[in-house]
Amino acid sequence: MTHAIEIKDLHKHFGQNEVLRGIDLTVDTGQVVCVIGPSGSGKSTLLRCVNLLEQPTRGTVRVRGVEVTDPDVDLDAVRRHIGMVFQQFNLFPHMTALQNVMIAQQRVLKRGRREAEVVARDNLEKVGVSAKCDAFPAQLSGGQQQRVAIARALAMNPDLMLFDEPTSALDPELVGDVLAVMRKLAEEGMTMLVVTHEMGFARQVADRVVFMDGGGVVEDGPPDQVIGDPQHERTRAFLHRVLHPEG
Amino acid sequence: MTTEPGRPRLSPRKRQRIIRGVQYAVLAVAFVALLLYADWASLAQNFAQPDVAGQMLPDLFTIALKNTIIYSVGGFAFAFVFGLILALMRLSTVGPYRWIATLYIEIFRGVPALLVFLMIVFLPLALPGFDVPFGTYGQAILGLGLVGTAYQAEIFRAGLQAVPKGQTEAARSLGMSASRAQFTVVIPQAIRIVIPPTTNQFVALLKDSSLVLFLGVSGEYVELTKFGNDLASTHANATPILVAGLTYLIVTIPLGYLAGRLEKRKGTNR
Repeated sequence: MTHAIEIKDLHKHFGQNEVLRGIDLTVDTGQVVCVIGPSGSGKSTLLRCVNLLEQPTRGTVRVRGVEVTDPDVDLDAVRRHIGMVFQQFNLFPHMTALQNVMIAQQRVLKRGRREAEVVARDNLEKVGVSAKCDAFPAQLSGGQQQRVAIARALAMNPDLMLFDEPTSALDPELVGDVLAVMRKLAEEGMTMLVVTHEMGFARQVADRVVFMDGGGVVEDGPPDQVIGDPQHERTRAFLHRVLHPEG
Repeated sequence: MTTEPGRPRLSPRKRQRIIRGVQYAVLAVAFVALLLYADWASLAQNFAQPDVAGQMLPDLFTIALKNTIIYSVGGFAFAFVFGLILALMRLSTVGPYRWIATLYIEIFRGVPALLVFLMIVFLPLALPGFDVPFGTYGQAILGLGLVGTAYQAEIFRAGLQAVPKGQTEAARSLGMSASRAQFTVVIPQAIRIVIPPTTNQFVALLKDSSLVLFLGVSGEYVELTKFGNDLASTHANATPILVAGLTYLIVTIPLGYLAGRLEKRKGTNR
């Protein structure tokens, strides 16, 4: 069976700095995998290597059987099927919410204007911001912006979704709305690789939790094991710091 | 110091008042001196003769200002298009494109604009059989455009670099190619960012259009400076030059004000 994502011996250097030191990781279709770990552990870099926003130094990444690290692969075609949600939302500020969700459908998938608009409105409704279709990003709260960003990715009918700390830039009271949307997506069977600091979400929604530290995978297993009963000292220390920030 | 701490000889407020008084006094003395020593009759005679100014109408507007605007807008359009191309070249990953763009920008920002105009006069000598299309208009627009392109390219480069990297990443992650991401996401935002400095650049270009004087234009092709200068010679009187100057201000002051407004609005919008 081909995995949704299959990462083998992935290395990434930034100059002298070795950010990823041989990562092996698989995500099966329909699975939700949360990656946790201290900042600088390479989580985001790992995620960005899946759709080649970062070029790995060594190793292979396969997405639904297609080796995306093959130099001859059509990257634009690969990325079309991989939705990505960023920490800073990265909505296009010169377009309304609706245009943000339509533009890639029209320009990349070559959907007609009418079809793109229908798909866009459906997805904006799904994430709960259909009332804000004509608003520009600057007029939206962070939580609304992030949900528009999710709708923008979903409108491309992705096979899988990558989330790079999607709630880290949000005010605390807005985190719940975004997590609720992600939880709904997970329930619908979307394949998701999520870098997050939301332990509650990871515990409740993830099929597997991966703990990374120092550019490697330290622990990989069901949430009750990795978060509930961590085997490694480093995992325990990290979780203690996250769950009891004041010691 | 023997003064007790906390009890200075002059309170700060009193000091402030004295300094302010001196500032006004200096201004008043300068003003009185100007009134007493300037030869007002001679100044009015040479710089502000109503009948000389009256003779400038309507050509001042229908020919001179019109041509100034045609030259400036034409040169600006040239500079806008080629400036954007040059900025993209300057940021290209292809070495030779970067080098050519850098060379062009350094040359045309480094030499006086007047020199470029003098070169254009000699173009037909250097390239026999070659004529700049659209005659004087073409020559003027070419001169202003060549110089303006270098400055506009630097403005665009700054604007393109000011668009956050995450914008390109978001576009690429949606499957857009590098060039499509540039054209649909980065360039539209860069253009918004560069509107205020571009407005200032247009004002600079408008003033440089006075260099058309050196193309040896006459008749229906004269712009404000040439027009004023010619009439000043005819009447042996500086009034036309003063009037030409005021006519520039009618255009440049509102534009400068507009640029300031746009700058402020950008600040609050982000």
